[in-house]
Amino acid sequence: MNQVRIIEVKQSVFADNDRRAAQLRRELKEKGIFLLNLMSAPGSGKTTTLTRTVELLKDEIKIGVMEADIDSDVDARAMAAAGVKSIQLYTGGMCHLDADMTRQGLDELIDGDVELAILENVGNLVCPAEFDTGAVKNAAILSVPEGDDKPLKYPLMFQVCDVVLINKIDVTPYFDFDLERCTEYIRMRNPDAKVIPICAKTGEGVEEWAGWLRQQVREWVTFS
Amino acid sequence: MHELGIVFHIIRSVEQVAADNGLEKISAVVLELGEVSGVVPDYLTDCWKWAAAKEELVSGSELKIETLPAVTHCGGCGRDYPTVAHGRICPHCQSGNTWLLTGNEVSIKEIAAY
Repeated sequence: MNQVRIIEVKQSVFADNDRRAAQLRRELKEKGIFLLNLMSAPGSGKTTTLTRTVELLKDEIKIGVMEADIDSDVDARAMAAAGVKSIQLYTGGMCHLDADMTRQGLDELIDGDVELAILENVGNLVCPAEFDTGAVKNAAILSVPEGDDKPLKYPLMFQVCDVVLINKIDVTPYFDFDLERCTEYIRMRNPDAKVIPICAKTGEGVEEWAGWLRQQVREWVTFS
Repeated sequence: MHELGIVFHIIRSVEQVAADNGLEKISAVVLELGEVSGVVPDYLTDCWKWAAAKEELVSGSELKIETLPAVTHCGGCGRDYPTVAHGRICPHCQSGNTWLLTGNEVSIKEIAAY
């Protein structure tokens, strides 16, 4: 019987992905491409919010969208109908995207001329937060029907976000959702997160969100 | 099902360590898993059996999981307490100004090779 060798590793399982994500961010900086990672639970309005956002920004910024789903291309079709270049990424049953999968999508997407690449991550409040995609900024959508306690139940998602969009605020009167309490819960986990209440369906608040995004893209692209 | 994604990342890290150390066959991987890492050990070992079987380097190898206790520190009274039993509110002074010291680890401790 051969001798068994023990190799001490002492390395986080996420370390390898974190390195690849940092490398991807450096390359995006050099190329002057801004990557936004948009995350939320299923049904919170990612695609509708994106459609609205694209309407406001597409004349001044060249936008490309990557739709990540376990299956189907309905989201990519919706984005194509909104007039932006979009590709569908299939995760093959996986609940999140990592840096390498994001890179593969980007290689295809930025074949055209793209300044703002938006990754619509798999609908899920748990796993996508654990894997750095290489995005410049992370955004999360929390919709009113989901409840104002979600920042307490899924703390990591709200810790890794630069901005949180509170969507479907038009239906607030019908739910026990307290916007102030929700904002306070978000701040407990992440004092720096920007919170923007919106209604993607009516367009309320979407200007402010688009303004924030426009500013982020300009800063990233100008100083690259 | 993030356990499957985590397993793929473990395999990739092990491949790197094997390449760096000239290892050809792995017999076991020891993983340190924090109590509040959000990773389910049973799912992880099931995913490991399925995914490892497809890679010559790690096929048939065992994934051993060592659980690390979760400990929270209280900024209010300065004491530490077990996270799983008490959550985010300090059992000594009821302060909510607390933060996790250990318990969210998902790391490869060591690997054994023939």
